[in-house]
Amino acid sequence: MQSKSYIPYLQVAPLAFVFGAFLVIPILTILVVSFWDYDFARIIPDFVLTNYRELLGSPVTLRTYLNTLRYAAIVWVATLAIGFTIAYFLAFHVRSDTWQTACFLICTVPFLTSNIIRMISWIPFLGRNGLLNSALVGAGIVDQPLEFLLFSDFAVVLAFVHLYTLFMIVPIFNSMMRIDRSLIEAAYDAGANGLQVLTSVIVPLCKPGIAIGSIFVVTLVMGDFVTVRFMSGGQSASVGLMMSNAISLLQYPAAAANAVILLVVVLLMVGAMMRIVDIRKEL
Amino acid sequence: MHGRKRPKSFYVLGAFFILFVLFLYGPMSTIFILSFQGPDGGLTFPMRGVSLNWFRNLTEKQMVGDFAGSFARSFSLGVIVMLLTVVIALSGGLAFRHRFKGAGVIFYMAIASLIVPSILVSLGIGLQFRIIGWDTTWYGSALGAHLTWTLPFGLLIMFAIFNRFNKSYEEAARDLGATPWQVIRHVVIPIILPSLIGIALFGLTLSYDEFARTLMTAGTDNTLPLEIYAMTTNVTTPVLYALGTVTSAFSFIIIIFALGAVTFVRWRRARHGSDAGHGV
Repeated sequence: MQSKSYIPYLQVAPLAFVFGAFLVIPILTILVVSFWDYDFARIIPDFVLTNYRELLGSPVTLRTYLNTLRYAAIVWVATLAIGFTIAYFLAFHVRSDTWQTACFLICTVPFLTSNIIRMISWIPFLGRNGLLNSALVGAGIVDQPLEFLLFSDFAVVLAFVHLYTLFMIVPIFNSMMRIDRSLIEAAYDAGANGLQVLTSVIVPLCKPGIAIGSIFVVTLVMGDFVTVRFMSGGQSASVGLMMSNAISLLQYPAAAANAVILLVVVLLMVGAMMRIVDIRKEL
Repeated sequence: MHGRKRPKSFYVLGAFFILFVLFLYGPMSTIFILSFQGPDGGLTFPMRGVSLNWFRNLTEKQMVGDFAGSFARSFSLGVIVMLLTVVIALSGGLAFRHRFKGAGVIFYMAIASLIVPSILVSLGIGLQFRIIGWDTTWYGSALGAHLTWTLPFGLLIMFAIFNRFNKSYEEAARDLGATPWQVIRHVVIPIILPSLIGIALFGLTLSYDEFARTLMTAGTDNTLPLEIYAMTTNVTTPVLYALGTVTSAFSFIIIIFALGAVTFVRWRRARHGSDAGHGV
């Protein structure tokens, strides 16, 4: 195999084709179209800056971006806290391999089921006559059903955490499993208590996993529109939702300009997180 | 962690884990129960009788759009995506075991494919096809869009496998006169088969459930997630839950099937006394 140097190129060609045709060219298309003009029915090849000017000049844009960033920040903190705790339990407290695999699978399986169904499944729980409200009213904790549970920012964040905590668990668990257990023994022997071992040994060694998980969660939340639309009942805004509204009005160039800005914002955030981790080393 | 007795933290964290599992599966199980709601029942508890009424409704075309058609499309698309993901990721993974020009570029494209928001991929492909003048179809543009999501996962799994792969098996095969193709066919693939099944599972289920990347690329015929999403805006009966139960059950069957296949491969390997994959 080593003698035929063209073979790797043949092997990687289908991969390169897919990424070229369905990732690189589409993004370039978005970039080009973001400078085009449009009217109610057509998109018109042109070079105008109005799409960007309208977007950047509108206070709605800034508010929407800030709201999306707020979602990303809250969801990041929540998924990190939950994800780290779960990964820590699985990696350090579950002793048998079989149980570890089983618990890990239990956490992963929902990832392979439909996100939309998982969102819908909150309705009977959070709704006005849902289980939670019935329980709260029944226990006399509140007089009237709480209205903010479903179709609110609370519901949006809850659904995000429900959908995306897995993306934190897997990479952090992966980092934890690679920690040499003798390092932890050594820390205990040197007189560290459990908390010190956690903060001075485990957390630093988990940074790559935390960074990868954070990249996933933040980019998923930043680009989302289904969760926000569905769980807020159309009452909250996000960048993705703003784009999908422009798309449904056939204002493609406006959506494209927004897409370019979103991409820049996401890439800046990812770039900052990538400084912590060399992804190639983590596989 | 030390000795045999479990520390107190084990029980606290264990309780937290159980709560998390309830959080993961609780909502899903409520819609499972509510999908058996009686004919007069609503979207929330209480149950007004037990019936299969809402599952019957699923088969009536006018009630919920085209469930059968969209299911068939989603399943076919999932199978195509699965096969292509396994073949292309395996082939790409093999390529990355050698040095070649542009390896870095392809690697970063794969990472970019994961982090670029799905709606951008969807919009981009939709626009691209529109400008060229091609129709968007579920088996064309949507297929490409799904591959940009499944291939990076497949490729990353391949990297993880080959980073831990013992090359001496291949060398042994080559020394015995195997051709490069025979080495791959009879040595490499059997050893990594469980992981390939994992990649296949990812390919099928991720495609089957993909929404955002399909939105602007599926053309006139809806896939199942698009159909379900359309239903959420105009259906207010438990038929929604029945559909959720059916599709989730389908996903679970696929997952169980894949796990069964992996277990079978491992079992057969152990039974034949092969130590493939266990090399140090």
